[in-house]
Amino acid sequence: MKLNINNKHYEIPDSYKEKRLVEYLRDDLDLTGAKNACDMAACGACAVLVNNEVIKICHAHLKDVEGKNITTIEGMANPDGTLHPLQQSFVDAGAIQCGFCTPGMVLTAHALLLKNSKPTRLEIRKALIGNLCRCTGYQQIIDAIEMASKYYQNENQISKKDTIHAEKITTT
Amino acid sequence: MNSRSWRNDAYAKVTGKAKYADDIKFPFMLHSVPVYSDYVHALIKNINTKEAEKYKGVVKVITVKDITGKNLFGQIVKDFQIFADEKICYNGDVVAVVVAETKDIAIEASKLIKVEADILPLILDPEKAMEPGSLLIHEKFDTNIINQHKVRKGNVELGFKKSDIILEEIFQTQFIEHAYMEPEVAVCNPRADGVMEIYAGMQHPFSTRRFVANLLGVTLSEVEIIGVPVGGGFGGKDDTIAIVCARTALAAKLTGRPVKMSYKREWSVRESYKRHPYKVYYKMGITKDGIIKAVDTKIIADGGAYCSVTPWVTWRSTVQCCGPYQVENVHCDTFGVYTNNVVTGAMRGFGSPQMNFVIESMMEIASQKLGMNSIEFREKNMVRQGSITITGQKLDNHKVAMEEVLNVVLKESGYFEKSKNNSFGNSENEEQYGIGLAMSYRGMSLGAEGVDYCAAIINVQNDGSILLETGIHENGQGSESAMSLILAEELGVNLNRIRYRRPSTSNIPDSRTTVASRGTVMGGGAVVNATKELKKIIFSYASEKYSYSADEFEIKNDNLVNKNSSISIPFNELITDMFHNRVYPFAFGVFRAPKVTWDEETGQGDAYFSFTYGCQVVELNVNKKTGRIKLLNAIAAHDTGKAINKSMTEGQFYGGIAMGTGYALHEELKMKDGKITSLNFNSYRIPRATDMPEIKAILVENPDPNSPSGAKGIGEPTNELMAPAIANAIFNATGKRFFKLPIKISPNK
Repeated sequence: MKLNINNKHYEIPDSYKEKRLVEYLRDDLDLTGAKNACDMAACGACAVLVNNEVIKICHAHLKDVEGKNITTIEGMANPDGTLHPLQQSFVDAGAIQCGFCTPGMVLTAHALLLKNSKPTRLEIRKALIGNLCRCTGYQQIIDAIEMASKYYQNENQISKKDTIHAEKITTT
Repeated sequence: MNSRSWRNDAYAKVTGKAKYADDIKFPFMLHSVPVYSDYVHALIKNINTKEAEKYKGVVKVITVKDITGKNLFGQIVKDFQIFADEKICYNGDVVAVVVAETKDIAIEASKLIKVEADILPLILDPEKAMEPGSLLIHEKFDTNIINQHKVRKGNVELGFKKSDIILEEIFQTQFIEHAYMEPEVAVCNPRADGVMEIYAGMQHPFSTRRFVANLLGVTLSEVEIIGVPVGGGFGGKDDTIAIVCARTALAAKLTGRPVKMSYKREWSVRESYKRHPYKVYYKMGITKDGIIKAVDTKIIADGGAYCSVTPWVTWRSTVQCCGPYQVENVHCDTFGVYTNNVVTGAMRGFGSPQMNFVIESMMEIASQKLGMNSIEFREKNMVRQGSITITGQKLDNHKVAMEEVLNVVLKESGYFEKSKNNSFGNSENEEQYGIGLAMSYRGMSLGAEGVDYCAAIINVQNDGSILLETGIHENGQGSESAMSLILAEELGVNLNRIRYRRPSTSNIPDSRTTVASRGTVMGGGAVVNATKELKKIIFSYASEKYSYSADEFEIKNDNLVNKNSSISIPFNELITDMFHNRVYPFAFGVFRAPKVTWDEETGQGDAYFSFTYGCQVVELNVNKKTGRIKLLNAIAAHDTGKAINKSMTEGQFYGGIAMGTGYALHEELKMKDGKITSLNFNSYRIPRATDMPEIKAILVENPDPNSPSGAKGIGEPTNELMAPAIANAIFNATGKRFFKLPIKISPNK
């Protein structure tokens, strides 16, 4: 089976189809940004984007994402290591404390802002309903997302990297 | 760099590169899992591990028989059984650890372990457990009472005689799960040099090292705890993670291979300690002019199966049993009690969230009886500059900011104006409106509950870069950043020179635990003192070299300068020069907390070396039909002392208020016959983004003269006021007073 993870193509043996995505990313690829904190899709610490939709991968198997584009937190920064504007907003707004929920929060926010680049604070809260945070009271996370929305409002500014993930894999 | 929100770990965390314990792997690493029994209170007859041992891929099954050191340990009372021995004392007791090639194999094999035991009666009610003749949880003690604390001030009987109104109420609070996002994980690597190297997210590496050394039967120098990012603590990453590390280390020792133990959420909730449920009998006598004449209170804390830090938690409740109010006559008896319930211990607030719910509810109840505005009633009784606390401590060594934070919150919230809109259950609308307030003071750091000191090491490298380390641990609050900011400011160098060294218990002396909102105060104090030492070394070198007296020098904007500016040397050049001349720019600094005193018999003494003051207001609606409570906004003002990192300080406000909201409205550990039934986030509900209102954080900065950096602790004060503020707002909305947490309003049918 084929898979695209952070703009990189993977050919995966069919025997892996039943493997859980969270284990494949963390154990096989060492992409440990996604955390498994509840194992029942209740906290959002494992959230990644599949074709730019938020998926909690503790309950997803590889067969569920066959042929799709996966964005993990490791795929958000630019290739030279500089932060994506959304990540930079999280830093600047003081939205990071223990950091355990941060990857899931950033990706969930990214999915929201690609769809709705001018969300109200209430819309942001609603988008984050599946992502738990015990440190921040969500306030500075919401500040960060509001701050980052300016980047998404200017379509010319959005990098191709951010939107390509919604497309089907075409290469063979 | 933007020092307002700067964090040294922000990049690693926002890119997913930060390696938490579960992200760490070693070659040939084994996996291990804990094995529980179905019992809650029972005498063990046999633990049969034979089938599990035969399971393919299992390397070892460990029980109490395999321990190479001692089984029993604890920070205060050595009653924790790291492996259940003769008795099961609660449902979270671990009877065995299965070590296998994979975690899945270990889990499958663990199901084959059979425990035979004789069931004992359950002791779940602390008040019954306290009674003489009760069945004992730990037979080596002659009572289930873990500890008692007292306050004896004045004469309460006389105080009640002089009172015009006497109020008596009973309050109850619930078990609270810390719900740190990262469950317990330990990775132990038995190093070739004989040292057991441990990676795990925790708040108290020095205590963990003691737990490990005790179970392994080795010295402290043979165990090294290496700091990794912690996925949330809130007081909860202390005893339980220490025990998990000890078991994992034993597995690594016995197999000779690196071993990981990664807890599932259900194991974490089942085994880890919680915030104590309290039952509080509270009697208050007041005069018709609104003066509190006497308080008599009995506080009973459910300590669960093991002592943990129950004596310390209940001590703070005792010292602060009258809130920030002066009371002439006080009689307080506080008990921590063993039961077969889940263990209870440290959690953000540490004995104050329970008491503040009681006290700040009582203040409102009393003012209604008096027919006096509750703010006026508070103002008549609250501590001011030079006041004497109920433990006989004169508040004169710092600015008493109770009135200041109260006034700031009253003004910012428009409290008096908005109070006119309170519904008191008489709203014509479907939504009933209420605004509620609560305030507190809080003793800083550990107080007389423990020995309070902390170390810092500044190790300047040949090129002028600086390695900083303190005995305070990064739990996510931003302590490493705060320490670095303090050093940059105190030393006068650029922040980007400073790298916080990965902490290790083998490098920095035992500085105790990162709890009690003591990180910034104690660690920052040590950094300030170490900086003073470093400056002495640098200035004495400069004095010799440039023939000016040492006190002529200072470091400003990354340069060594003298008073008349005839000398200006870049910091890095100066340092390189020092190395060439065999002078080490290396300093060790210690901050010892100012002296505190306590008399256990009278409950009198200078309990804390300073206090911090806070006030919070919340506005809410209660739906008449559905009973749904909707928070509209929250405002908090706290005396933070000097705020080192403003953005991180505000983060403490927001997070504390969210956790306090959960305490008031959402969170309750469900128990059935001593077994926890709400074991994951689907049934244990912590606040979500949609549950929280917009929050305004107001930092009142009165640098504390007792804290070398001027900072005060703020993590816990922000968490201890929301429950009473919400309870008071709910009363103002509905006219109903709630005496039990969490507050649930049933739909009006």
